[in-house]
Amino acid sequence: MAVTELRRQPSLLRAAFERFIQVLLVFAAAISILTTAGIVFSLVFETIAFFSEVSIVEFLTETEWTPLFSIKKYGIWPLVTATVLTSAIAMMVAVPLGLIAAIFLSEFASDNIRRTVKPLLEILAGIPTVVYGYFALTTITPFLKNFIPTLSIFNSLSAGLVMGVMLIPFVASLSEDALSAVPNSLREAAYGLGSTRFEVAVRVITPAAISGIVASIVLAFSRAIGETMIVAIAAGQNPRLTFDPTVPVMTMTSYIVQVSLGDTPYGSLSYYTLYAVGFTLFIFTFILNIFSYWMVRKFREVYD
Amino acid sequence: MSAQEQISVTSRTSEQARGQDVARLKWRHFKGRILSALGWFSILFGLGMLVVLIFDVINRATGIFSGGTNWLTWDFFNNFDSRFANRAGAKAAIVGTLYTISLTILFSFPLGVAAAIYLEEYARDNWFSRIVEINISNLAAVPSIIYGLLGLQVFARWLFLGRSILTGALTLALLVMPIIIVASRESIRAVPSSLRQASYALGATRWQTVWNVVLPQSIGGILTGSILAVSRAIGETAPLITIGALTFVPFLPRNILDIFTVLPIQIFNWTSRPQDDFRSLAAAGILVLLAILLTINALAIYLRNRYQKRY
Repeated sequence: MAVTELRRQPSLLRAAFERFIQVLLVFAAAISILTTAGIVFSLVFETIAFFSEVSIVEFLTETEWTPLFSIKKYGIWPLVTATVLTSAIAMMVAVPLGLIAAIFLSEFASDNIRRTVKPLLEILAGIPTVVYGYFALTTITPFLKNFIPTLSIFNSLSAGLVMGVMLIPFVASLSEDALSAVPNSLREAAYGLGSTRFEVAVRVITPAAISGIVASIVLAFSRAIGETMIVAIAAGQNPRLTFDPTVPVMTMTSYIVQVSLGDTPYGSLSYYTLYAVGFTLFIFTFILNIFSYWMVRKFREVYD
Repeated sequence: MSAQEQISVTSRTSEQARGQDVARLKWRHFKGRILSALGWFSILFGLGMLVVLIFDVINRATGIFSGGTNWLTWDFFNNFDSRFANRAGAKAAIVGTLYTISLTILFSFPLGVAAAIYLEEYARDNWFSRIVEINISNLAAVPSIIYGLLGLQVFARWLFLGRSILTGALTLALLVMPIIIVASRESIRAVPSSLRQASYALGATRWQTVWNVVLPQSIGGILTGSILAVSRAIGETAPLITIGALTFVPFLPRNILDIFTVLPIQIFNWTSRPQDDFRSLAAAGILVLLAILLTINALAIYLRNRYQKRY
């Protein structure tokens, strides 16, 4: 009896230890859920506080955003249009260049070229955004001023263009993943029918990978909408309702930066605006992320 | 009658038509050439921008190509920020970055790897693991400034940590945890299950198997992914501005509850000042930041090659 007790003892201890470890691991995994809960709760709480002082109708119908002026108006549209404008400019750069780069790397380039080029492009994605902001303001804007003399020092054009360059590797790498996931049998069948390389790439492989490609574009757009430092540095701090890319504007993220830089007392209305704007931003990116997720699920071609 | 003759009899009779066919085929192949050229253009456009950016930053910071002032001096590392460009340095920012990132690693690495171990080695296919999984891919796509709002509310206000280094590090830790989890999971998944089974056959428990077999086998990939996550944290600006990290800090932080600044915020601050000299200081700061990131990435590549295993 005593012998079995002794034998059982360490294994009991061991089982308890195993149990303890498992609890720790579950706790670590649960942190990700707590993070999401924290994001949603803090955004929702303060946004409710905001809407108890400002009507949601004004927020959605007013065309001016002047919460830091003496005559305060709380219309989100100037911030939304600026965000969409800079992001759209970025997409005009990132989508064609990224997509063509992806098709090239997946269907035309040799393994050697692919192995060299991909890490090089990833350097672009690894540059901190504050550096891109600096680049847009001090290099791209003066350069563009040669062609557009009326360009303001702060404008959405150069911010958008630089953001587009930043997103090229993002679109390229995700789209390339989608393209190279298309099974070789499709390529071989198309070549067997006498297609040229171009026809295989553009008419067979790209349509087959379209769900992944669209998802990568949507994710890049969501990235652009949430991008902060480039627009905060190079696009200006002037909330106005315009689609003119040469004048200073203010995106949702720039507004959050501007308020954060000042001393905003907790519980003041301008503190709540941070969260109202943040919540709007979160909804935009959330919808885009869900859409890209759904896109991949729904339209994925399944090959065996 | 051969097939070719048959074709020429039935549909293509003249030399001219055959010539058109050849031209058409050439055009079809030529389109591929055009796409290839456009592909090179896209890649070189991106890389060209990178070269211009780096050239421009080096030139502004050191004046090496245009013969301007060299801003990257000993003073730059040893002085605090100042209203005068020639006296301003990045000491507080560099030290602040070191403090913040060390703490970020301390929080995010163990938790991220633990979450990955749970998902790969322990989790059954139940509602909890599914929610965690969907959640992590969602979190990876949340804009970083939103994490700043989270940190401001939860750490700075609710937990009374204020605008401290601790708040900044916790915020950044949450931001990079999804990256660490995804990379670690991939690396853990690559360990062949035969190794696990061998360990179980020797009587090892689950945790003993994880600790003595799975982790040593996957540590290379885990470290590589985590280092890349850390380099992301080093360059982050927006969430730290949002939690209230200051832009002007003329002293070193005394402890982790002290207010602070970091290198990217210092760069942002100098870039926003209108004087040209401050733009040059910003370039010097960028050069230091890029050098740090380059070193870290080289380390990641070294580790990847060193620990690369094939089964």
